[in-house]
Amino acid sequence: MAIERFRIDDRLVHGQVVVGWGQPLSLGFIVLVDDVVADNDWERELYRMGTPPEMELFVETVESAAARMAEFELRPDAGMLLTGDIATMDRLTAAVPAIRTITIGGIHHRQGRSACLSYVFLSESEIAELTVIAARGVSIVAQDLPVSNEVPLDDLLRGRTG
Amino acid sequence: MSSQAGPRAVVAGHGTFAAALMSAVARISGKAEVFVAVSNEGLDARGVEEAIGKALKQHGASVIFTDLPAGSCTLAARRIARLDSSISIVTGATVAMVLDFALGAGAAEPDLRRAAESGRAAIVVYPASGGAGGN
Repeated sequence: MAIERFRIDDRLVHGQVVVGWGQPLSLGFIVLVDDVVADNDWERELYRMGTPPEMELFVETVESAAARMAEFELRPDAGMLLTGDIATMDRLTAAVPAIRTITIGGIHHRQGRSACLSYVFLSESEIAELTVIAARGVSIVAQDLPVSNEVPLDDLLRGRTG
Repeated sequence: MSSQAGPRAVVAGHGTFAAALMSAVARISGKAEVFVAVSNEGLDARGVEEAIGKALKQHGASVIFTDLPAGSCTLAARRIARLDSSISIVTGATVAMVLDFALGAGAAEPDLRRAAESGRAAIVVYPASGGAGGN
């Protein structure tokens, strides 16, 4: 097994991740990559307590996640890696060229973002970041839950409104 | 025993969970005014925290009921409670649990523990009889 999904989700560890994906994929571990959370004892503990006991949680900076990627990929159980924003995933994919597919699981509405899907809203700068990631040969799709269809980046951007 | 007119608690959860719970409480007890419903629909982590915080402030409520212990509403509630020591959180909210709270008058720890126990006590499994029963 290995890391099954590299997911961008601005809620990080939450119901969709631990239940919606956790059960069908039988996730054994989650790698939460966020420099701010990794540097904050209370936030780390908050996410640890929000993770079911059958899943192991690793909270990493971009740098430490990249350094430990081979170790994660060698684990016998299935895992999911989470970043809370595109910029973090951009840095991670630059540091770890082995990442070939990423999934946008949830980027919610904020001022300056336009709707692409009910769970994906993007600003111009975020679209530019995604374009940079895609230019590295990384496949980008949007999918919030296993029962939803995967939406390729091109279709996602074509569907943008506002 | 203290009593407070208007909402004493925020119910926060996924989708229409909170609104549905309040609807059930209203049908059973007529006490829907005890709660304010908040949904995490379409909100990022910060948005959920802002929505719950706004509901608490607007109504002077001091309790947050949430659905999943690992859900975004619970994480948001815990961030709020970290900054405001008067806020209590109860996770795993059910109709039985919030109904107990609605029928009481307080929002102190014993009231919350009693409500939580009512929620637990309402969970009963009647296993399939395998065709042995029926008379």
